[in-house]
Amino acid sequence: MLMKLFTDFMGWIDKRLPVTDAWNKHLAQYPAPKNFNFWYFFGSLAMLVLVNQILTGIWLTMNYEPSGEGAFASIEYIMRDVDFGWLLRYMHSTGASAFFVVVYMHMMRGLMYGSYQKPRELLWIFGMLIFLVLMAEAFMGYLLPWGNMSYWGAQVIISLFGAVPIIGDDLTLWIRGDYVISGATLNRFFALHVIAMPLVLVILVFLHILALHEVGSNNPEGVDIKKPKGSVKPEELSKFTFHKQYSEKYDIVDAVPFHPYYSVKDIMGVAGFLFLFCWVMFFAPEGGGYFMEAPNFTPANGLKTPEHIAPVWYFGPFYTILRVVPDKLLGAVAMFGAIVMLFALPWFDRGTVKSVRYRSKLHLVNLIQFAICFVVLGALGTMPATPTANLIGVIASFGYFGFFIALWFYSKNENTKPVPDRIAD
Amino acid sequence: MKKLIIAATVGILFSVTALVSLTAVASGPSIQLDKANNDLSDKESLKKGFKTYINYCLGCHQLQYQRYNRTFSDLGIEEADGVANYMYSGDKIGGHILNSMPEKEAAKWFGSAPPDLTLEARLRSPDWIYTYLRSFHIDESRPFGVNNTVFKDVGMPHVLQNLQGVSTLTVSKQLDDHGKEHEVSSLSPAMGGSLTAEEYDVVVRDLTNFLEYVGEPNKLERKALGYWVLAFLFFFFIISYFLKKEYWKDVH
Amino acid sequence: MSNVPVNNGRRRFLTAATAVVGGAGVVGAAVPFIASWNPSARAKAAGAPVEVNIGKIQPGQLIRAEWRGKPVYVVRRTEKTVSDLAKHDDQLRDPNSEKAQQPVYATNAYRSIKPEFLVALGVCTHLGCAPTHHGGDFDQFVEGVPNGFFCPCHGSKFDMAGRVFQGVPAPLNLVVPEHSFINDDTLLIGVAQGEA
Repeated sequence: MLMKLFTDFMGWIDKRLPVTDAWNKHLAQYPAPKNFNFWYFFGSLAMLVLVNQILTGIWLTMNYEPSGEGAFASIEYIMRDVDFGWLLRYMHSTGASAFFVVVYMHMMRGLMYGSYQKPRELLWIFGMLIFLVLMAEAFMGYLLPWGNMSYWGAQVIISLFGAVPIIGDDLTLWIRGDYVISGATLNRFFALHVIAMPLVLVILVFLHILALHEVGSNNPEGVDIKKPKGSVKPEELSKFTFHKQYSEKYDIVDAVPFHPYYSVKDIMGVAGFLFLFCWVMFFAPEGGGYFMEAPNFTPANGLKTPEHIAPVWYFGPFYTILRVVPDKLLGAVAMFGAIVMLFALPWFDRGTVKSVRYRSKLHLVNLIQFAICFVVLGALGTMPATPTANLIGVIASFGYFGFFIALWFYSKNENTKPVPDRIAD
Repeated sequence: MKKLIIAATVGILFSVTALVSLTAVASGPSIQLDKANNDLSDKESLKKGFKTYINYCLGCHQLQYQRYNRTFSDLGIEEADGVANYMYSGDKIGGHILNSMPEKEAAKWFGSAPPDLTLEARLRSPDWIYTYLRSFHIDESRPFGVNNTVFKDVGMPHVLQNLQGVSTLTVSKQLDDHGKEHEVSSLSPAMGGSLTAEEYDVVVRDLTNFLEYVGEPNKLERKALGYWVLAFLFFFFIISYFLKKEYWKDVH
Repeated sequence: MSNVPVNNGRRRFLTAATAVVGGAGVVGAAVPFIASWNPSARAKAAGAPVEVNIGKIQPGQLIRAEWRGKPVYVVRRTEKTVSDLAKHDDQLRDPNSEKAQQPVYATNAYRSIKPEFLVALGVCTHLGCAPTHHGGDFDQFVEGVPNGFFCPCHGSKFDMAGRVFQGVPAPLNLVVPEHSFINDDTLLIGVAQGEA
């Protein structure tokens, strides 16, 4: 009886909006390669963190006061006076760091398995745009507590725009809306942080997933699961039903429907992730001074610089690149260049073999050195600039850019291993 | 594949460790802080710290984000007792722990306005507070006749001097293993206070304890909740692991 | 919807178990979001009981206090006013205060702890306007009743015990908040007699 009611209801809906069809196309009959490994958890985890940030963010705005006079006190109000306000706030602040952990892992996955290569260039570009917007979102969000590190961190980053030739000073003035960072800056950052950026972020995530489902998921082997129609013997076809959008055009092999196989797997991943997340959130919400920096426990003071201004850890790699270049304009160019390189990755890589498993030893070494340089740059970004640290930073910066340059040269005629036709069991 | 992960992990761990040790050396010697070893669950200690705060600190340093009634209930102080013994008359029990020092004048008296201390323990750490309050010494060149080895040229008098007494600072030159000369400063035992050194340490520890509590009044509650949440998530992970295994039998 | 070859009992059990435990987790996670809508410590502090000095109120005079953002009328009624209360019972909707618009200890003929002092929210039970006190000239609204409250918004009328007259839009008597007397000169609004 109840079942019949539900079927009738869905029938009524489906005639007006293709809900069941969308469910099948994107979940229950979406062909996902059967060999996803650990690295493939991070896409769904990024979605989870995004939802966490949006929900806790909405709830924080209910008690936050976006003004130079009230912001700092309103955070303490949330931490002390609002029931469970402290938890909502820690969920949001820990979530910000978790977002970058997850996104960096997700990007690393793309690098390892060549998920940016043809035909997934646009998918990668959308991902990079998400990353860029996320950085802007995080940067603006970090000003909102109006602590002293918020203030001086924003001061340093906004000053970057002063490096732009000719209009630099006017540009920084325009961004701040005042001669110093002030309530005016705070208010516009608040508006962008809670409305504009999240809106863009959600749209980009939507496009990212749409683009993914158009070209299909890559996998650790880098082997395509969509074979030309009619090229696969019927007995070797997948035993699962896939949506006709995929199966009409291709013979699909070595795939499972995303739901339930990857939904149950991702639920497990979510449980594991939340365990670690909550561990940090409940027992070390300051993240050892990396998630919440100590100087931020005193209100913004334009006359008193913290002894050592460090950006939050997730900006570390790019901040170090900025810092080791002994010229303001070139430093800013290098920093933005580091991100541009990532955007252009699909064209730096001229190879056709996707997964690092079947690429040359040289590529493996290059990838590892890149990961190490990235982490080293990140660590340096949180440390004071000493001559030794600077030297290491220069070396690591060369490693970072070198990855792309070297890739461009060797990928054209790379000594790759034969790629299997199918994903092994 | 496995090799790749291992190589990357080892590489990353190695380089970060190297970096940390390297910059630790590079940043040079910092002030050695004594461990406060305070215990947030010790309510008697918190009460004594609160009392010390009211008597010695509140005159200059407000706790503008902390409410009296919250403090009373967290520390297990009866409201009537709290009103009688911890509050100035006229303050509201639901109000914040404030003083009536005019900020502008105070800045003139001390060089800069005495900071609010609600978040001091989070800003500087409990160990810092504990060490700082035990590091005053005579320095006639300073307006209040004292200086501090943890916070050089601090604009604050040694408020607890009648308890601790006061130390003198002696700076001597010593040779290290490499034959380089270093200045080593040491504080003499404090003289002229009403408490012994051990008793004074306890007073400061209780005060530090109270300030750590005020910095984040939910700290114990947060951790207690954390254990339950982690236990739940562990259980959920186990179930979802078996569920995943069950479904993936179809594939493998 | 089902795209799986097998659906055995173990599978169904584990699916249900994960759904139930996961559902419990979602409910648990919703708690902080819901709880954060409760009045905060600041709101509670602002809504704390209010002390009112009543030593200087003249007989027949009304003073206004503020409690939880609402006006509270405190009137020192004359003996005549108190004794007159019973005279117009037949014109009231709820002369005996049977509807719970007042604490138990104020459920009596004069709707107060001490007959002398009326303590009532100055909020009309119709749509929340503030009724005005008419001392001496209330008989323009109700013949033979010299004192009372008249709500200017929609013409509701109340007597000097805050009881509503018949034939007006307001359905109920004025609310008498929890209150108590600390001593002869001090009234405490928000704390019931015998508590605190």
